[in-house]
Amino acid sequence: MEQTKYMNPYIAGVLLGLLLLVTIFITGRGLGASGAVKSGVVAAVSTIAPQHSADSKYYSDYLTEHENNPLKNWLVFEVIGVIIGAFISGLVSNRLNFTLEKSKNVTSRVRMITALLGGALFGLGAQLGRGCTSGSALSGMAVLSFGGIITMMAIFGGAYAFAYFFRKLWI
Amino acid sequence: MGPLVPDIISNELNFVVAILIGIAFGYILEQAGFSTSKKLVGLFYGYDFTVLRVFFTAGITAMIGVIAFAHFGILDISLIYINPTFLYSALVGGLIMGLGFVVGGFCPGTSVCAAAIGKIDAMIFVAGSFIGVWIFAEAYPLFEGLYLAENWGNITIFEILGTSQSVLAVLMTTMAVGAFIFTRWVEQKVTGKPNEDVPIAKYFYGFVSVMMIFGLTAFLLPVKKDVVMQKINDETLINSFQYNTITSDELAFRLIDNDKRVQIFDFRTAEDFNQIKLPQSVNMTFDELFTKDGGRMLNMKNNVNVFLANDELTAKKAALIASELGHNNIRILKGGLNQFKTDIINFENPQIIATRQEANTFRFRTKAKEVIPVLIEKSKNTIVVKRESKRIVGGC
Repeated sequence: MEQTKYMNPYIAGVLLGLLLLVTIFITGRGLGASGAVKSGVVAAVSTIAPQHSADSKYYSDYLTEHENNPLKNWLVFEVIGVIIGAFISGLVSNRLNFTLEKSKNVTSRVRMITALLGGALFGLGAQLGRGCTSGSALSGMAVLSFGGIITMMAIFGGAYAFAYFFRKLWI
Repeated sequence: MGPLVPDIISNELNFVVAILIGIAFGYILEQAGFSTSKKLVGLFYGYDFTVLRVFFTAGITAMIGVIAFAHFGILDISLIYINPTFLYSALVGGLIMGLGFVVGGFCPGTSVCAAAIGKIDAMIFVAGSFIGVWIFAEAYPLFEGLYLAENWGNITIFEILGTSQSVLAVLMTTMAVGAFIFTRWVEQKVTGKPNEDVPIAKYFYGFVSVMMIFGLTAFLLPVKKDVVMQKINDETLINSFQYNTITSDELAFRLIDNDKRVQIFDFRTAEDFNQIKLPQSVNMTFDELFTKDGGRMLNMKNNVNVFLANDELTAKKAALIASELGHNNIRILKGGLNQFKTDIINFENPQIIATRQEANTFRFRTKAKEVIPVLIEKSKNTIVVKRESKRIVGGC
């Protein structure tokens, strides 16, 4: 069966915007993603090396905030929802299959390494930016946060600035 | 009044809400085509601007919604999470994320979506993001200086620019529409053919006109708070308004009677309030009446809300504000606290008593003069805890 076409981007945008508005109205906070990764990392480290996480400030601050239960975080539940929602969407639009998507210029090996590296950079950057594209840029824009808008401009500005050097990966 | 958490929706139920919101989030992202890195990075090479279209449309829709909600008093903006501004950290973090974007082809939210439908590169990206966060956490002492530098607090862009929210919303909408038109042109140049996925006339003009109407209403309809604050300076309106009053004697009687339903809202300055205050009273300002907490205090069932200030006029103004906000169960202290002082606290028994009723009143006042100061003294150190909701903590 053929894949269904993607949704019109403006309609998708309005829907996403309304969802974000509802989220802010109900919970008083925006959407996010990288926060769940942070929860996961803190949970893993505090389970494997409890002493180490207690000694290190970044982990212990987070553990205190979450009453020693780092996974009991709004974003963790939200991201579980994202996985379910995206899966349903892939199912109804016939887009479910295991593939390694890459440009034909690069080998699978290169794509795997760059994906890992890109993820690591994004994860690290999201800590400094106090949120990623969803948590800081998009949600920050919705509430007109100065920091959020600065982060947004830096993400897109940075991506454009570096895009030239990595063009071989994509085109 | 929003946000609904934690009063209407408990913190526990909020986790269920999180899953539902997440499902919608994931569904929309995947339907929009955010589950493929080729489409995502297209933005940076000029061949596919889907991300920009979705992202800015969403950002502006939500932004205008938040402004409109705040504008009409549906959402208490002082309680929602405004991402804090740490200038250098935001800039450096953003640049690193931008680099991660063109190297990895995803951002965290979209990588989760793509991984959910089986993209192996996305799964690796997710694994990478765990490593990135872990590196940051381990090397935190190294980053700490940068991470905490230039803390500007929960500041919004309109506070920095000194413009009104509505002006800014219109400005941002115009910028976004400009970007949509420009990127459509770039996309055509790069790919050599018009993007047929986006039938521009139908959706695009619809979107623009809706936003224009929003923008115009924001300009035309002033913020509710401003309207109300304007009204209280209108003398004829103040005087023509029907107030329910309470006399000094009745208030004194209720206080002596230990009537717990009486809740006094004292609109004097905090300084005056701390010097002398009646039992069962809280200090309030006009501004606090507009907040979610203020509304909650006035909405207590069966309570008799008494507004007072030194003079009657200030209490009248406060009562008018409250009435505009839909609270009608308010009585103002007749003659203000000054009258209360003359009538009760500093009561001097007059020489001539004309009627029997007067005689009764004066007898009561003589007694109240003894009791009320004792009650005042007793309540001096009891602080009525005014509930103050904290700003919700969010972010990543």
